[in-house]
Amino acid sequence: MAIFEILEKKLLAPNIYSMDILAPRVAKAALPGQFIILRVDERGERIPLTICDTKREEGRVTIVVQAVGASTKQLVSKEVGDYIRDFVGPLGKPSAFVNEDIGELRKKKILFAGGGVGTAPIFPQAKWMWERGIDFHIALGARTRDLIILEEEFSKLTDNLYFATDDGSYGFHGFVNAAIEDLVLNEGKEYDLCIIIGPMVMMKFTAMTTKKLGIPSIVSLNPIMVDGTGMCGACRVTVGGETKFACVDGPEFDAHLVDFDEAIRRQNQYREVEIERDHEYCQLVGGLING
Amino acid sequence: MDRYTRTPISYQDPQDRIHNFEEVCLGYTEEEAIEEANRCLKCKRPSCVPLCPVNIDIPAFIAEIAKGDFGEAARILAKYTALPAVCGRVCPQEEQCEKTCILGEKGEAIAIGKLERFAADWAIEKGLKFGRTEEKKGHRVAVVGSGPAGISCAKELVSLGYEVKIFEALHEPGGVLIYGIPEFRLPKERIVRVEIERLKELGVEIETNVVVGRTVTIDEIFQEGYEAIFIGSGAGLPVFMNIPGENLNGVFSANEFLTRCNLMMAYRKDAETPIRVGKKVSVIGGGNVAMDAARTARRLGAEVHLIYRRTEKELPARLEEVENAKEEGIIFNFLTNPLEILGDEEGWVRGMKCIRMELGEADESGRRRPIPIEGSEFVFETDTVIMALGTNPNPLLPMTTAGLQADDKNRIKVLEGCITSREGVFAGGDNVTGSATVILAMGAGKKAAKAIDEYISKKLSNKA
Ligand SMILES: Cc1cc2nc3c(=O)[nH]c(=O)nc-3n(C[C@H](O)[C@H](O)[C@H](O)COP(=O)(O)OP(=O)(O)OC[C@H]3O[C@@H](n4cnc5c(N)ncnc54)[C@H](O)[C@@H]3O)c2cc1C
Ligand SMILES: Cc1cc2nc3c(=O)[nH]c(=O)nc-3n(C[C@H](O)[C@H](O)[C@H](O)COP(=O)(O)OP(=O)(O)OC[C@H]3O[C@@H](n4cnc5c(N)ncnc54)[C@H](O)[C@@H]3O)c2cc1C
Ligand code: SF4
Ligand code: SF4
Ligand code: FES
Repeated sequence: MAIFEILEKKLLAPNIYSMDILAPRVAKAALPGQFIILRVDERGERIPLTICDTKREEGRVTIVVQAVGASTKQLVSKEVGDYIRDFVGPLGKPSAFVNEDIGELRKKKILFAGGGVGTAPIFPQAKWMWERGIDFHIALGARTRDLIILEEEFSKLTDNLYFATDDGSYGFHGFVNAAIEDLVLNEGKEYDLCIIIGPMVMMKFTAMTTKKLGIPSIVSLNPIMVDGTGMCGACRVTVGGETKFACVDGPEFDAHLVDFDEAIRRQNQYREVEIERDHEYCQLVGGLING
Repeated sequence: MDRYTRTPISYQDPQDRIHNFEEVCLGYTEEEAIEEANRCLKCKRPSCVPLCPVNIDIPAFIAEIAKGDFGEAARILAKYTALPAVCGRVCPQEEQCEKTCILGEKGEAIAIGKLERFAADWAIEKGLKFGRTEEKKGHRVAVVGSGPAGISCAKELVSLGYEVKIFEALHEPGGVLIYGIPEFRLPKERIVRVEIERLKELGVEIETNVVVGRTVTIDEIFQEGYEAIFIGSGAGLPVFMNIPGENLNGVFSANEFLTRCNLMMAYRKDAETPIRVGKKVSVIGGGNVAMDAARTARRLGAEVHLIYRRTEKELPARLEEVENAKEEGIIFNFLTNPLEILGDEEGWVRGMKCIRMELGEADESGRRRPIPIEGSEFVFETDTVIMALGTNPNPLLPMTTAGLQADDKNRIKVLEGCITSREGVFAGGDNVTGSATVILAMGAGKKAAKAIDEYISKKLSNKA
């Protein structure tokens, strides 16, 4: 049943690709905030990735992937016309705002905060709001200017697009959480909701900042997963003192209730094995793709 | 060999098998099977049959083995069960068919399961196929989940002439047979996948990577033109103890550990999915799942302890598996219960605080209730903890299907064994009973197929 064909592939930034996959059932059912799990081939790992865009009529699902280890490198080595072995979704709960009253949402002052590859998952959410006439601001962080992705796409959705780079090569000089603090304290911006997506560490610090500033916030967690259907418990996270399975209870949670230190620690559980696998993979392909 | 002694069967040597994932029990040879079959008294009113949940005609198939007509034995089995090679291996026979075998009164019961396995394996090896299908009726039925319940329901329906499609959430069909029960107890390539291929040959279509309730809803399946739906979604949600330290690094559910090893094949060098086993593993629980997790960890090179709060007598696991586990050097710690999992500075498991237990009065399950002995707390050093405390059904389907009722443990409510509160929707297996056995799930699937056939026939005659 090889239907999951790669229809398009684009390099967005060094090591970050967007891919359009033919997956009609997923394209039809997906809502903002949800993710898929794919397996490149019959020996492959199940890799969770956020759904970044869909084109229902064409049955297309767009994912954006950063090649960080063996499995994601293998994925980005595939080309247009190749098939992905397995592709299942949409998984997880859609973003809470999907069920909110549009009128109420239009009154809210919303800020999206994205970091690194976490920039891409903001796109479907921002697009969903834009299509419904809901206004929002976006603050994006990256290490350096070259790593900023989807600038053009985002600039079509909002006039309030801010950047922060660690090296100061573009926009605010510093981390995205510092940029947000600057917007609120020095630029007089006010927000009633902040949606934060990015690497765990970035989410942790940004959540601390928005808590200090009194802005209710949502994060989209990306713990280690296996099945993604609630069967294994690998994805468990502590939210407000309770254990939750991120793949079925999330992936989005109240940012101020998440135990980030535990989440970060759990995400590194397989680090040693993975570094080894990555090393093996690079040797296998002769180090063609650098990590 | 006298009539009261069971024909011995060969096992892989424990010292060898703890280093591989090959099957532990090697099965009867033709001569051994005939010898064992000849012990059967071919009782006129066999006491073994009523305790088999699918009422296999046990004396009949055993008589064929005794005659040396193994194909005929397999053909008889196929009339009653869709997965004889599986049931012969994993049924808790000592609690079922073999429990009441008349020979058991004076000596050892017939090895019914092992003979069933023998005939089924023989048929697989020889490529014999038994499925018959009636003329296509032009009616479509969908099945959710491809575990034993879904498989046997689909098989029954396709042989009644229905067009059947199974929707499976994972990337490979088989349910617990693929992701839970390990290779060394149930070979995947040689047995499970072959049985599933058979199903496809009979015309059953299987679409993997479809999570019903997310990818499509029950309503959308009806809209796709299916007239009835059977839900065999199992009981996949792992239970944790809710004790401190459960989210430390190195604590896994048995489902995660076994899924990594079985479904994702992490025990093989060429698989991408990692698995982590420490040096000293503790498995909490005493059922089949606990034995499987313990024996898997042993094969991955660890010293393995089983922690169970009652005594050996109350272990719910199959006897054979307990014996196998002991031979493989699993260390049993009875009357012990964990209170807390302890971590090091970096958040990895370093030990467990446990308490000793004693047995009190019998509880509602008929087993004596374990009671903590005050002041008996102690620290048990361990670096990996695997929780094998049971599972509950996943709430996804009742949550996303209007009119489908479930109880407080997410078990789907049914009438007459399989009719749900939603018209045209039937259910069976672990999602109705809570975690049970392969053969019970199969029995439920088969029964539901009959009910579905009646339901569709009745609808037609009402229309006419
Ligand atoms: C719900 C969800 C949505 C996600 N969305 C995206 C996405 O849109 N785009 C994208 O590029 N990635 C996303 N991820 C992360 C992605 O799944 C991982 O990067 C990938 O599984 C790593 O596999 P690997 O074998 O290539 O790397 P590995 O060798 O497994 O890991 C490489 C490094 O990444 C870290 N890592 C491992 N797993 C994860 C993880 N799940 N999340 C973050 N870091 C991890 C490891 O600690 C390690 O240091 C998402 C994860 C989840 C759970
Ligand atoms: C480790 C382990 C060892 C065991 N050992 C034994 C043993 O020795 N003997 C014995 O008799 N029993 C044993 N059991 C129990 C036995 O395996 C189960 O009782 C039996 O598999 C139940 O069958 P089922 O068809 O109801 O569900 P399952 O086998 O759980 O199959 C359900 C299937 O449905 C799929 N599914 C779930 N939700 C959805 C959805 N929303 N959409 C699509 N698909 C879905 C699942 O992915 C799965 O493939 C064991 C169980 C485990 C976990
Ligand atoms: S299916 Fe199970 S209970 Fe029935 S005869 Fe076979 S082993 Fe015994
Ligand atoms: S009860 Fe025992 S001896 Fe009698 S038919 Fe059954 S298996 Fe044979
Ligand atoms: S990934 Fe297995 S339960 Fe969430």
